Amino acid sequence: MSERKTWQELELGVELPAATSLGYKTGGWRVLRPVWNASECIHCMICVNYCPDMAIPVTKSEEGVAGKGGRLFKGVVRLETNLDYCKGCGICAHECPTKCLSMIREEEAEQASCKL
Amino acid sequence: MPTLQEIALKTDGADARIVSGHRMCSGCGIGPLIKTVLAASDKPVIVLNATGCLEVTTSVYPFTAWNTPWMHLTFENAAAVAAGVESAYRSLKRRGKIDSEVNILAVGGDGGTYDIGFQALSGALERKHKFMYLVYDNEGYMNTGNQRSGATPFGASTTTVPAGKVSNGKPQWRKNLVEIVAAHRIPYVGQAAVHNTLDLYKKAQKGFNADGPAVLAVLQPCTTNWSFDPALTMQYSKLAVETNFWPLYEIENGVVHVNTKPSNRKPIEEFLKGQTRFRHLFKPGNEHVIVEMQKMIDDEWARLLKLEESGIQF
Repeated sequence: MSERKTWQELELGVELPAATSLGYKTGGWRVLRPVWNASECIHCMICVNYCPDMAIPVTKSEEGVAGKGGRLFKGVVRLETNLDYCKGCGICAHECPTKCLSMIREEEAEQASCKL
Repeated sequence: MPTLQEIALKTDGADARIVSGHRMCSGCGIGPLIKTVLAASDKPVIVLNATGCLEVTTSVYPFTAWNTPWMHLTFENAAAVAAGVESAYRSLKRRGKIDSEVNILAVGGDGGTYDIGFQALSGALERKHKFMYLVYDNEGYMNTGNQRSGATPFGASTTTVPAGKVSNGKPQWRKNLVEIVAAHRIPYVGQAAVHNTLDLYKKAQKGFNADGPAVLAVLQPCTTNWSFDPALTMQYSKLAVETNFWPLYEIENGVVHVNTKPSNRKPIEEFLKGQTRFRHLFKPGNEHVIVEMQKMIDDEWARLLKLEESGIQF
């Protein structure tokens, strides 16, 4: 038998790198794709906070971005949905107060992007 | 006062405490729930996670969605390990080996909290360890395919209490976990719902800052086993509050405070409609179940208001 160790001498357990799931793209699960109409958006952050997949990135904008009615929205603003992770649940479109998000079928979106 | 903008900034990106790429069902409310709670702490958070949906979907080997120290535990011992971690932390601090401040968060589903993990939770609360216990309540063992738990509501059909010719689903009313844990005389107990981000965030902040154990119970509509369109998760959460099925209230140092009082209480049918587990209640001959359910909800609500009014301490 090998030499006995006290508990203070034991090695640490398994330690894995953090946040590795970013390498696992869940976008392939999607049937419906959210389409964002930035000119109707009021950047209220409801969709961002409700998104189950943290797939709506935000940024701080000092100069502001144009939103609903041509108004300039400064501070925290949302960006285009990250389709690498969006699973297409449709919560964002359902809860959007200005209805600036709509869900379309993934194949329609694919076909539209392939048109010559 | 926190704002949705601040919370959004804290929960976004690769440096958030939980990140994209987890494998929860499309439209699952656990994502928004856990990211909001984790954002509410301004100190580093240690997460002790009991088996359940959150655990299996965020830690599929070799991936992890966690960006904060996290430990997977069995159903029954999340609170016990949280107690151990807290004791070890206090010991290290006292001996001067560590000087940072941390928050300790134990997370479990309703199966791992109301039923299997309950005695460990009760023990940890009784010993007054300083940690927060978060229970996301989807009203059944949803990870294994909808078995009945202590949190499953009256009248719900599950695989272990199926509705049929002789049964109308679960015959018992659910446990009131919030009042049970409040009976441990702990400083903070809150009941929140996933659709009300600001309320959830504020309650999580109070829980983290409480001087002793805190418990936070959050309703999490399960799109898969309550069987509704994934886009309606927040809608069902809202309806649960508006029908008084899941009142938003907190018990701070024994004093009850009801946060939301719907001015126009909606009939419970509005919440039940569209959920497969309550489908049988709309068949002819089963009207009495809904009537009974409505009466229970109204009685519970009246009782809660009386508790608040009386000012009697828990």
